[in-house]
Amino acid sequence: MANKLISEVPLPKSIANVFAARNISTAKEALSLTEFELMELLDVGLTEVRSALSQISEIVAPPYQTALSLMEQRVQNEHLRGHFPTGLKGLDAALCGGIPFGVLTELVGPAGIGKTQLCLKLSLLASLPTNYGGLDGRVIYIDVESKFSSRRLLEIGLRSFPEIFQMKAMAQEMAGRILVLRPTSLSEFTQSLEQIKVSLLQNQVKMLVIDSMAALVSGSLAEFSRIPVVVTNQVRSHNHDDASRYSFQVQRRDGTLEIPIRYDSHLIAALGIHWAHAVTTRLVLEAKSGCHNTFAVLLISQRFIKVAKSPISPPLAFPFHITSSGISLLSDDGMELMGPEINAIHCQGLFRSLMNLLIILSILLRIPMAWS
Amino acid sequence: MEIWRLPISASQRGKLISAGYTSLSSLSSLSPSDLARELKVSEAEAMGILKAASHSRGAETSNASCSILDGAQSAWDMLHDEESLIHITTSSADLDNILGGGIHCKEVTEIGGVPGIGKTQLGMQIAVNVQIPHDFGGLSGKAIYIDTEGSFMVERAFQIAEACIEDMSEYNRFLRKDFQECKINMKPEDILENIFYFRICSYTEQIALINYLDKFISEHKDVKVVVVDSVTFHFRQDFDDMALRTRVLSGMALKLMNLAKKFSLAVVLLNQATIKHTEGSFQLALALGDSWSHTCTNRIVLYWNGNERYAYIDKSPSLRSASAAYSVTARGIRNSSSSCKRIKMM
Repeated sequence: MANKLISEVPLPKSIANVFAARNISTAKEALSLTEFELMELLDVGLTEVRSALSQISEIVAPPYQTALSLMEQRVQNEHLRGHFPTGLKGLDAALCGGIPFGVLTELVGPAGIGKTQLCLKLSLLASLPTNYGGLDGRVIYIDVESKFSSRRLLEIGLRSFPEIFQMKAMAQEMAGRILVLRPTSLSEFTQSLEQIKVSLLQNQVKMLVIDSMAALVSGSLAEFSRIPVVVTNQVRSHNHDDASRYSFQVQRRDGTLEIPIRYDSHLIAALGIHWAHAVTTRLVLEAKSGCHNTFAVLLISQRFIKVAKSPISPPLAFPFHITSSGISLLSDDGMELMGPEINAIHCQGLFRSLMNLLIILSILLRIPMAWS
Repeated sequence: MEIWRLPISASQRGKLISAGYTSLSSLSSLSPSDLARELKVSEAEAMGILKAASHSRGAETSNASCSILDGAQSAWDMLHDEESLIHITTSSADLDNILGGGIHCKEVTEIGGVPGIGKTQLGMQIAVNVQIPHDFGGLSGKAIYIDTEGSFMVERAFQIAEACIEDMSEYNRFLRKDFQECKINMKPEDILENIFYFRICSYTEQIALINYLDKFISEHKDVKVVVVDSVTFHFRQDFDDMALRTRVLSGMALKLMNLAKKFSLAVVLLNQATIKHTEGSFQLALALGDSWSHTCTNRIVLYWNGNERYAYIDKSPSLRSASAAYSVTARGIRNSSSSCKRIKMM
């Protein structure tokens, strides 16, 4: 719409000629200038500029829809009202059906937490026929860090849907629907995006997974094709210089911490605040202990998948674990978290709990422990 | 050199000056044919120039009486207008209090915050609340929702609409026991039908749409609020020329202000937060720069304070700087329930 040519807009001949003479051929160029600049450039009066602009704007402006017709359209045309069920019941209930179509959903969490596992499970689900809860279509999996393992994919398939995957022909069909791309550079990545845009409608692609995000992807790709797009993000450590307050919020001078000392690493999602505005739904995966005061806690660290940002659902956290059949929730009732805690990423990780275990053992058995 | 201020093309201006006409008064006693002869232009053009000149002259007479000044209004009359303004409630009484009743009509309000704080939720709540009927203190208006990010979820709008209708029938039941007629014949679908949804995919479309809104609203006179979610998105990624961006943005803000005044509606712009480097430290601030912060009439910043969401009036010509807590619930924006503390699971 923005690249509409001025020649296609029904303007009076004289003004159309002036536009052409001054090399303003697309609507974008005309609308990027202010009225006075246009007056000066085209050497015409204000009223003519205004009427030309209003005619161009009317053509370029997108049509409207009432919210009601939007809803009815989605109910009629789209699978399950525009949501892709992940099979994790509690999460699907919280997200009003599943991963939404047409917007970016981000999975963020520290290394080893299970993002790629979840991506594999989702890709598999999307390739299944609709009576098994799938989208019955192709999946494009962009594997930036070479973490895609087809053996693991087939193992998940075999464990979760044995009736399909035990037959070799069916397994081949399903796995054949998942197309893996491995771009080696940013420019290659951008080029493949262009190709994907073209093939989206032709090849019946039903989902796009990007593991992990190295560059900003504009959400327009998801939007015009109305498919779910899942991207994963990395984490980096939070240093205290990171901005967390506005100028009108009072700074604490005395140094008594708002941030209590924690033994888990202090992490935030990489790619910053600008990216965080661009994704619609953010699912944070993290590992932390369930409660502080029992002895057993030092050994157990539970993984959680939290709905940190979503226009639909409240901030809920669901405990999950990784099994041979992929990812499954331990409880379908999420814990509701208050405040900005939902955005925090804990990594009271496996390493820590192992270390704690060794410390306990050494105390109990009274033997010296040493490790390099 | 008053000729400079006339809205005529540059070449006409050049001809006027080279013919010796430098002030408006020198044009006052000319007839179109004389002017046409002097400037060597057609008579129709000369007529146009004289008309433009008389227009601007009319606005400049230093006569104190308002009836002669085109378009001016005395402060006393404006007071009456301001007091009779209805506000759009945000469904949170605390928030409405610091806003002086709610979102003001005839003004542009900018609301900004970090991702996940509830900007889209507030936008949707306002788009639903503008439709509250007159009997319940609302505007009975329609809403225009301009979505640039794709974060408008219809199911959520439906939830908010449902909750709004339930609240209205509760209110009806408690306070108006004598009125037998309940307004429950409003359904959530009716509310959704009155939200005009536009999806914008580039800044060109955004500018075009805001230009087109004048015509659209003249055809749909009961639109009472325009929500733009968010105004920042396309301007942060596609623009290389920052000076051009500032000019385009201020042009847009001016048009929106004119829309607000002309049709007596409220304009709500949602903005994103960004990190600004000031005085050696990094702070959060609203995006689009300093020039943009001057253009909106009111500015509200949404932020986290501990575990609660707060709204702070950063800039307003008539409201005092204050903060209020609010919360985002399954029913939409409501007062924060800070009286009941939950046990925080660490």
